[in-house]
Amino acid sequence: MPSWSEQRRKLLNILLGTSVGATLVAIFYPILKFMIPPEVIEATQASVVAGRVNELPPNSGKIFKFGNKPGLLVRTPTGEYKAFSAVCTHLDCIVQYRPDMRLIWCACHNGQYNLSGKNIAGPPPRPLEEYVVNIRGEEIVVSKA
Amino acid sequence: MRVELRVEAWRAWLDERLGTDAVREFLRRKAVPIHRHTIWYYFGGMTLFLFVVQVVTGALLLLYYRPSAEAAFESVQFIMTEVEFGWLVRSIHSWSANLMIATLFIHMFSAYFMKAYRPPRELTWVSGTFLLLLALAFGFSGYLLPWNKLAFFATKVGTDIAGDVPLVGRFLLRFLRGGEEVTGATLTRFFGFHVAILPGMTTIVLALHLILVQKHGMSVPPSLEGKSLRKMPFFPNFLLRDLIGWVLAIGALAALAALFPWGLGEKADPFAPAPAGIKPEWYFLFMFQTLRLLPAKVGIVEGEVLGVTIFLLGGIFWMLVPFLDKPASGRRSRFFTGVGVFLVLYLVIMTIWGYLV
Repeated sequence: MPSWSEQRRKLLNILLGTSVGATLVAIFYPILKFMIPPEVIEATQASVVAGRVNELPPNSGKIFKFGNKPGLLVRTPTGEYKAFSAVCTHLDCIVQYRPDMRLIWCACHNGQYNLSGKNIAGPPPRPLEEYVVNIRGEEIVVSKA
Repeated sequence: MRVELRVEAWRAWLDERLGTDAVREFLRRKAVPIHRHTIWYYFGGMTLFLFVVQVVTGALLLLYYRPSAEAAFESVQFIMTEVEFGWLVRSIHSWSANLMIATLFIHMFSAYFMKAYRPPRELTWVSGTFLLLLALAFGFSGYLLPWNKLAFFATKVGTDIAGDVPLVGRFLLRFLRGGEEVTGATLTRFFGFHVAILPGMTTIVLALHLILVQKHGMSVPPSLEGKSLRKMPFFPNFLLRDLIGWVLAIGALAALAALFPWGLGEKADPFAPAPAGIKPEWYFLFMFQTLRLLPAKVGIVEGEVLGVTIFLLGGIFWMLVPFLDKPASGRRSRFFTGVGVFLVLYLVIMTIWGYLV
């Protein structure tokens, strides 16, 4: 059985230890939380005007802004409009339309997608996200499926 | 037993490479004299602690702050409203800055009245006055960074005053503003001063100041010199007392930040008229008030130029006090004590006056 003064010392040590611990938690918890960036709420855009009808000749493409992400508008050799996310599914590079290959091509690691957005060669693991294209008068409107 | 052996082996290993035993030996011997003025010894350590708080919170603010006229205000707004504990970190940075200036003044005047600048500590005093200048520069440059109306006009006025310094005024004004006017270029510059140049300079001067304090030990007031005083070991007795002060300071900072979070005001607009009640931070109020009281012309000299010149000469005098005062001769020494009392009264009265008007 420890003496009274030993018990008292033990109690004081516990109190001191826990208050030091609590102080450290009170300092470092806000610091850690502060360092984690807050979620920025994106203005969710459902559709965007990607271009004008006479802007793109057949067998060409252009990048447009879809919210804060790039999109790729393609006019196929047959004159059809197609739109995809321009973010390569491999490592986030921005893809482009290659008229000579008649493909969507990523310059970073030679990834290739066909005109339906399907990954057909190189490292990309998934197809590109495809958007819906509507012609409204002169405007080409792209919207998320 | 095994554990002790291993600790001993580590100690020997470190000592062989870093010379840690010398530090341990130094800490074992370092002592703090105990007398009725011992309380003042705590204010240097307190200033140092608040400076560390500034470094930590400042580094955190850098994660989100954007130094441009277009984005600065919005980024501080983002810190205050979106980032978790952002209001706390920024408010502590602002409050701690003000408390640091306050403890720095207390530290300085206590060293002054105890005549701690006597030989061989003259350079400790001089390095301290440089640290005061650096702290004021930190305050002045940091004040502009949120790019709000008050800060914008305070910087306009402050840099305009710098333009009144004889001979180099015009150069100084353009150097500070990064051009003729206070613009985004000024903000970029002040940001560079605040987070790179001033911290670099402060690190060097502070290191010198602290090394000198270690080299010469604590000074005792002349009235107690030569008497046999009780001493307490610096480590751990004095340091633990320091620590209690620091814990209390953290508590005070958190309470101040929670109860009086630092405001942000309105975004600066270089083409809007100055709002009423433009005032600098409190530690510049005495200069502000003095300049306001001076007439437009004193003889042939412009009042503002005269005021700035007097402050400049006063600052140089203050820095050179250890070489002018000869504490061995009683009359001259009493004169310097009188100067100190006058200065404290002047600062207090002018600050309160400037605050009330």
